[in-house]
Amino acid sequence: MSKWLNLRSGLGLALVAAVLIALPFVAGMGGQAWVRILNFAILYAFLALGLNIVVGFAGLLDLGYIAFYAVGAYTWALLASPHFGIHLPFWAILPIGAVLACVAGATLGAPTLKLRGDYLAIVTLGFGEIVRIFMNNLNAPINITNGAQGITMIDPVVVGQFKFSATSTIFGMTVTGPQKYYFLLVLLALFVILVNFRLQHSRIGRAWQAIREDEIAAKAIGINTRNVKLLAFAMGASFGGIAGGIFAAMQGFVSPESFSLIESIMILAMVVLGGMGHIPGVILGAVLLTVLPEALRYAVVPAQKALFGEVLADPESLRMLIFGLALILVMRFRPAGLWPSPERRRELAEKAR
Amino acid sequence: MNALPVLLEAQGVAKHFGGVKALRDVSLTIRKGEIYGLIGPNGAGKTTFFNCMTGLYVPDGGGFLFDGLPLKADAPHQAAERGIARTFQNIRLFGNMSALENVMVGRHVRTHAGVFGAVLRDRRTRDEEAAIARRAEELLHYVGIEDRADDLAKNLSYGDQRRLEIARALATEPKLLCLDEPAAGMNGTETEELRVLIEGIRKDGTTILLIEHDVKLVMGLCDRVAVLDYGALIIEDVPAVVQHDPRVIEAYIGVAA
Repeated sequence: MSKWLNLRSGLGLALVAAVLIALPFVAGMGGQAWVRILNFAILYAFLALGLNIVVGFAGLLDLGYIAFYAVGAYTWALLASPHFGIHLPFWAILPIGAVLACVAGATLGAPTLKLRGDYLAIVTLGFGEIVRIFMNNLNAPINITNGAQGITMIDPVVVGQFKFSATSTIFGMTVTGPQKYYFLLVLLALFVILVNFRLQHSRIGRAWQAIREDEIAAKAIGINTRNVKLLAFAMGASFGGIAGGIFAAMQGFVSPESFSLIESIMILAMVVLGGMGHIPGVILGAVLLTVLPEALRYAVVPAQKALFGEVLADPESLRMLIFGLALILVMRFRPAGLWPSPERRRELAEKAR
Repeated sequence: MNALPVLLEAQGVAKHFGGVKALRDVSLTIRKGEIYGLIGPNGAGKTTFFNCMTGLYVPDGGGFLFDGLPLKADAPHQAAERGIARTFQNIRLFGNMSALENVMVGRHVRTHAGVFGAVLRDRRTRDEEAAIARRAEELLHYVGIEDRADDLAKNLSYGDQRRLEIARALATEPKLLCLDEPAAGMNGTETEELRVLIEGIRKDGTTILLIEHDVKLVMGLCDRVAVLDYGALIIEDVPAVVQHDPRVIEAYIGVAA
């Protein structure tokens, strides 16, 4: 029985691995734009899993998560671009970005730990905006962030002689820049999935869940709720920082525009829509919310032409309209998320009764 | 009895909420190995006293000595670390966690694994994790609900929830276990089973502070009893004396017209 199960899960794993490896090449046939969309889907899954530690595990509503992504992105931009003339290697910048984001997370966490629910959400929202406005205005008197123009010509990820931005031939196969980043992102995503899984079933993970369930009881049995919550903030933030660094390297350009409130909300939506606290659900949420708007972008114009013979509505606004409608429908009919954890589904089912 | 060393000493503890004086200069001593009862009519300040002692409230006056050292106010997790565990009058379990997980959380304060241990899952963390699970199973067995280990806490029966809360408190290895009305809402059989459980816990070396309305249970179980009325301590003595004290009878039944 167990041998059979092992065989089955082994085959399943092999299949998933095969799909993951083939995916960028299949997408590449439709153009490199699709590979880039794929890359963003994974990057957002990474971000959503980072936020899942804060929101899903510890139950702290964070509306300013994008700030840590911004910290990571600007760290990479400043330490690997002609802006200051510094060009550090990736293995130095990523940890620096993670640590700086972690410090930013603790800075946000420390004064807000006594707040809960809506109050915490408002403070984190403010924090996210503060970081963005800082990036926008730190160009005078000393030019640090180059203000609204952003920073350009950022170094790509380079390992030895291997440049992630250029097309090269590996084992007789042509691999483009985005396809290389894809594999880097998959590796990072596997890492964050592992961290999430292991944290969830650990002493710290249980403490987070206990705080989410009943903070007073958690205190009374000896959990230092302040430290444990700070830990959640700091951990979530450091993943945001890593994602930000990769984002800067991949794009070659950062500006404050990329770190607006809507981005924070989108990442939170991925966590909630997928299934808060449930790792596969969060990944599904991130992939859907990244791919769906892009797919609609390509579908809206041809669909209108086929139906009415002409383009009646502006594709951009129509696309967001459909997207918003889809969000409402999902939350109305699957309030626990598209793929919730079994416990959470039961929880909500009981509340509805 | 008086030869036993003191475990907890309350020194003139006072607490008020606005104009209401919930506790007025309450001083009492609990000795090691005792079952100590704290009774009084509704609103007499029993739970407020508990909350001050376990750090959920900051007293406005006085303080506590525990095991010879002062207890820090406003630091519930430190009280638990020092060895004070409690249950709540209105049961506070982690409802969406299994019974076993509830008790496992109780081991938090006596274990050490951090984030790196959790992610690396090294030998020490795995051993600790196994020990946590083993101890939690033992404790579920101890309170008699081992067959409900995998059920969500909120799906347990009322009596089992009370037992689970006690198991979770015991998981912190307390020197002093404080039970806030554990028999509330229980029938005769359940109360009797609870009495056996509490006596067993004492026999195994844990001092017990019991807040209870069930006077029969308190008088039959406790070594000494303190009575609170309108936030003030009116007597602290053995049950036989307390039972016949006119002030106690007055507090409970009122003065004859």
